[in-house]
Amino acid sequence: MTQDINVKAMKKNAFRQSKVRGETASRVRVPGGLVSAKTMEKVVQIAEEFGNGEIFLTNRQGIEIPGIKLEDMPKVNERLRAVIEETHINQQDKDHGYLASGTRNVVACPGSRLCPFGCYDTTAFARRMDQAIFPNNRHVKVAFTGCSNDCAHVALNDFGIIGMTEPQYNPDRCVTCKACVRYCKSRSVGALTVVNGKIHRDVDKCIGCGVCVNYCPTRAWTRSPEHYFRVKIMGRTGKQNPRMAQDWLRWVDEDSIIKIVKNTYAYIEEYIDESKPEGKEHIGYIVDRTGFDEFVKWALKDVELGPKAQVASRVYWDGKHYERENELV
Amino acid sequence: MGFVLSADGFGRALAELGQTHRIWAPVLKRGEGRFTDTDVVRYDFVESADQIDFQDRSDYSFKELLTPLSQTLFYYAEDQVMVPKDDPAEVIAFVRACDLCGLRRLDQMYQHNGARSDWYYDRIRSHVHFALMGCGHSFEDCFCASMGSNVAPEGSYDFSVDIDEDGNVLVDAPDEESAKLFARFASQERDVEPAHVDSNPTQVTVPDEVPNELYRAPLWDEYTTRCIECGRCNFVCPTCTCYTMQDVFYTDNGRAGERRRVAASCMVDGYTNVAGGGEYRRTAGERMRFKVLHKVYDFRRRFGYDMCVGCGRCTTVCPEYINFAAAINHLNDAVVALQQGPKEDSHE
Repeated sequence: MTQDINVKAMKKNAFRQSKVRGETASRVRVPGGLVSAKTMEKVVQIAEEFGNGEIFLTNRQGIEIPGIKLEDMPKVNERLRAVIEETHINQQDKDHGYLASGTRNVVACPGSRLCPFGCYDTTAFARRMDQAIFPNNRHVKVAFTGCSNDCAHVALNDFGIIGMTEPQYNPDRCVTCKACVRYCKSRSVGALTVVNGKIHRDVDKCIGCGVCVNYCPTRAWTRSPEHYFRVKIMGRTGKQNPRMAQDWLRWVDEDSIIKIVKNTYAYIEEYIDESKPEGKEHIGYIVDRTGFDEFVKWALKDVELGPKAQVASRVYWDGKHYERENELV
Repeated sequence: MGFVLSADGFGRALAELGQTHRIWAPVLKRGEGRFTDTDVVRYDFVESADQIDFQDRSDYSFKELLTPLSQTLFYYAEDQVMVPKDDPAEVIAFVRACDLCGLRRLDQMYQHNGARSDWYYDRIRSHVHFALMGCGHSFEDCFCASMGSNVAPEGSYDFSVDIDEDGNVLVDAPDEESAKLFARFASQERDVEPAHVDSNPTQVTVPDEVPNELYRAPLWDEYTTRCIECGRCNFVCPTCTCYTMQDVFYTDNGRAGERRRVAASCMVDGYTNVAGGGEYRRTAGERMRFKVLHKVYDFRRRFGYDMCVGCGRCTTVCPEYINFAAAINHLNDAVVALQQGPKEDSHE
């Protein structure tokens, strides 16, 4: 007998509608992509007890437990209580599973907890962001990556945050071994040159990746005490106009980024086209409709960027418009 | 003469010493390590005792005081030459036993290697006094005992510092002036022997003789693929003394400029470049061979004792996990194998 299930409510409760009738998959959130082995054990138990014993690792670092009977959803939610607690999901009510699914899991590469190139603690920032924006039904994707390598593919998100450090140069410790110059050229953008036996950094070209600091053998190059960020916006996949996010802000601080993303939710509420399927619309399409300036007006409300911040006055996106033209040339 | 001081008493004694001396000591530099939010311990001038890192072995060497990484020798403009000012203040440098042994190698190279002593080295060296930081335990990768550098040479320091479990500072002050100073701040007078280690977890066997055949032995080859030729091992070494010269013409006035000498590394590209495009050691393996043999053989052939003091800094700092002690032991194994000749079972 088919159960009487409110599918829309079920989806907002982070259960996927499965193609297997009568089954669902539980979507477990892992902000920052880091989960304790202890919590993972609990996920495994849910999969063994209520699912089919398999676990999907999702593209956004979440977990999906397939093969769950629809009637078991309340029991699974009960068991998710501990997982929700241990991953510090920001909801008072922990007894009814995840309270939203629209705002997607906040992604982060391992960052400076593990990676030699990571310019900040990506996991911590991702968790802080998750606290600030979840639970919320609006379809928003935020991702964090430690450096300009963008291993986390943040350029495919509404907000892609890339770590930066401002290299600090102490000429008295420099012996002109040229390791920084060589590695900046081969591993990064080639912003360094030798002038009179010391290193000149082209500050306009420098992307703050920290490669020079990593390779300096004498500590002539060190990292700035401040952590800075580059913010790319409105990247997306999808059928109509998939595109890479583009640079909007550089050398900005953590607090400003939290405010900007929160502000964007108010902008979405104001301008979203509710007639779209499931009331779901990538923010980028809203920006395309309202114009970039209107987005900026909302996003930067009450935001005070630091003295080093650079703001693009205009952002141009590319990507094929399949809804207009689908010819291969 | 030995003394026991409270941490506070020691702080006040050092503050008084600071009136007449600049204090050069290992400092934990927060956030200045290679990676994000990591630290480094390197030498700097400090204002007070609590800035000194007594817990760690410094990552970088005290030698940066005597042989700065980058040092202007003179400025020139047209036919005028000017030597940079000397800082006439006396300096007290806080170092470990291995460093004081390293100091002997630096002195050897700059003061007792040929007819003349190095004027710039002498100019700084003549102001420097040393305070010994005792080693209650081995640090990572130390092999000082194997190199005979675990005990500070007689008369090499003005006073020593050890911190006991209760935070009291134990001072041995063979220098009379130092003894007078600490006597005024001490809570107790008693004999103090600076702590040292008698053995390390890492040990090496240095071969007495290295036959020429080993210059082309395959043991060096693996370093060609492992080493990235960054030179950290040389820059942190308390005994490396190589430098190179830079003549600089200021870009906004090409008739004025300066001559600098900067630290050089036998591992870094360009070290063996000569006019005409020649380069004596091209591969990292060849460079490693040169360095290892210089540290534990060639220097000894000239001066009668080994250059390496076994402080282990080169190993700890190596980003590619090249263990210098292991390299010495590989060398020794190769020497032994060569002496034993081909194995018995190789004949037909």
